[in-house]
Amino acid sequence: MPDTFFFAAEVMINGLMAGIMYSLVALGFVLIFKASGIFNYAQGVLALFAALTLVGLQDGQIPFSHVINAIFGTELHHFGWTLPAIVAIALTALVMVGMAIVIERYILKHLVNQEPIILFMATIGLAYFLEGLGDVLWGSDIKKMDVGLPQGISETIETVTYNWFGYGFFIDKLDIVAALVAAALVIALTLFSQYTKYGRALRAVADDHQAALSVGISLRFIWVLVWSIAGFVALVAGIMWGSKSGVQFSLSLIALKALPVLMLGGFTSIPGAIVGGLIIGMGEKLFEFAIGPMIGGATENWFAYVLALLFLVFRPQGLFGEKIIERV
Amino acid sequence: MKMNFAALTAAAMMAAAPAMADLVVPNLSYRTGPYAPGGVPYADGFQDYFTLLNERDGGIGGEIVQVPECETAYNTEKGVECYEATKGNNALAFNPLSTGITYQLIPKVTSDGSTLYTPGYGRTSASNGKVFSNVFNYPANYWTAASVAINYLLAENGGDLKGKKIALVYHNSSYGKEPIRTLEELSKKHGFELIQLPVEHPGQEQKSQWLQIRREKPDNVIMYGWGVMNAVAIQEAANIRYPMDQFIGIWWSGADHDVLPAGDGANGYKSLAMHGTGMDYPVYADLKKYVADAGKGAGAGDQVGGVLYSRGMYAAMIIAEALRTAQEMAGTSQVTPAQVRDGFENLEITEERMEELGLPDFGQAFKATCEDHGGPGKARIQQWDATAKTWTLISDWIEPDMDVIQPLILEDSEAYAAENNIEQRCN
Repeated sequence: MPDTFFFAAEVMINGLMAGIMYSLVALGFVLIFKASGIFNYAQGVLALFAALTLVGLQDGQIPFSHVINAIFGTELHHFGWTLPAIVAIALTALVMVGMAIVIERYILKHLVNQEPIILFMATIGLAYFLEGLGDVLWGSDIKKMDVGLPQGISETIETVTYNWFGYGFFIDKLDIVAALVAAALVIALTLFSQYTKYGRALRAVADDHQAALSVGISLRFIWVLVWSIAGFVALVAGIMWGSKSGVQFSLSLIALKALPVLMLGGFTSIPGAIVGGLIIGMGEKLFEFAIGPMIGGATENWFAYVLALLFLVFRPQGLFGEKIIERV
Repeated sequence: MKMNFAALTAAAMMAAAPAMADLVVPNLSYRTGPYAPGGVPYADGFQDYFTLLNERDGGIGGEIVQVPECETAYNTEKGVECYEATKGNNALAFNPLSTGITYQLIPKVTSDGSTLYTPGYGRTSASNGKVFSNVFNYPANYWTAASVAINYLLAENGGDLKGKKIALVYHNSSYGKEPIRTLEELSKKHGFELIQLPVEHPGQEQKSQWLQIRREKPDNVIMYGWGVMNAVAIQEAANIRYPMDQFIGIWWSGADHDVLPAGDGANGYKSLAMHGTGMDYPVYADLKKYVADAGKGAGAGDQVGGVLYSRGMYAAMIIAEALRTAQEMAGTSQVTPAQVRDGFENLEITEERMEELGLPDFGQAFKATCEDHGGPGKARIQQWDATAKTWTLISDWIEPDMDVIQPLILEDSEAYAAENNIEQRCN
């Protein structure tokens, strides 16, 4: 078969892999939207904040050291210890739970029964606050994420595909890990929401706040729970994207990659986030491969949105979203 | 109470504003946002050098230099706001470290009579002083950088690039597109094939571009990146096992934070350097004694000696020398923006002067003229050692091909002059 065919196949597979990385971010949006109807603008910043906290804890960085040094002329930087990756991840997950409690107590609690646009605007404020807090806490320099994830070309896949097709495929080992993690996350989230008491409560709140409240489900607890889970998903996304590009403030912009995924997959469906990611990833990479060179390249950012809009024309609620019918 | 508050505000504003007799050089910096990892070390180096002059020498010509800082976040609108906010205090020169901000400020500084200094960035054709009276971009610019990279590759390949493939991976912005025309002309002249691979801002996802490189197998890759794009590109190059010693970035793609995230994979990566690297220069001893040890260092003090810290320090050194030249020409230490512009236009940096300043062989010697605001455009090549975590200069100063570049500069600047009804000077 011609070389171009294999290259197109390689581009497609890598697009699917990239799509899974987008899905990891999109999952956090879906969780919060599903449970509370809030479009959480801060989800990308949550991933950045989680990654910054993880690296900071792992490296034993002193929080606020930049500010302390600037004010007092000290030269504090590190405690002098480093933490194993697993401990740092566990501690960061705790920090994200703490953050969920704080967000619920100081922001969401005061906005119960407000219009969704008010809640959305609150998350915009939260995003900028968290970005600033992350900067002040951990500094704005680029940090290396090192939690032991493999990275670089999978030589096994390259050799096997070369032996089969005479063309060695490139697949990044980090992308394979991301795919496995995404699969594990989706299974865990599905099991949690289907088979646990809190999962069922979460679904009840998602279906109808008032009805859930009337049977004794605490809305405040559910919000803390869902923001904690979204915080954990953000941590996973932060680890993957941080391993790929270093931990730096552009990380918050990965949210822009998740938006077309959500538009396409639907805001309320966990499988939708995955399938949407796969379609967007594959679509944008194939378009860049086939059409990009004719129109100057760099098409991926905008083409993802074009693709999502095309789907919206035919399914306004997204592929897996719930159809909203409001009777007058 | 209202009166007290107003008085307090007025007092705070007076305290914050520089004294009128001081020399004022605003630091339009960015310490926040996605591009902060590049902005912070540059701003620290810029600030620290002026602090050194103030602490060690009592300023320039006996005048203290004030460096009020304004945060642009690498955002063009904020950059213009910063310019407007700081220009009123008799500000003498601006260095915004952003090509987007530079383009907006060119007409403003020209009508206001102040000076825009953009070493190694900004509008390349501003090196034509006949058109751009108030803008200076010596010692080198984007186009000379592209030509230096090609001349280096020519030297590496026995003077022949015929039939070679060279890929340009660039930030899909006005900055990243700058070298395309030069490289197209050079590809015609030397017979190499140019592959253009744009990367969308911010550049976190570059799989398509690097799969293309893996397929096309270019002999060399040249990169014009900034921010996270650099680190991702170097990581992706390592992922596809592209030979790092065939990969050359411009000087904006050759800082420590660009290579560190890729770890050992970045070993051997090369970049252009328009000034020296490392801390093996006498000026660092003075910076330690008069600035760091005295607790007067900018920022957290953890950027000293890095590539972009050195660049900020170098920019400050050039501005300081232009101020000194202006004072000598005007016969007064309290110079005006117009006199400082004249100082920039008559600036001469010699080897001897750099040695006196504690920076021997740090930058290239040059002399500005009314026509030439761009300098000689030379650069060196530095290479990353991932084990030692250091850059090493591996070439001497390499000349650009001005036979190709000068006509491009004239074409672009003359078009600008025609569009804006600018009468050419220096006749």
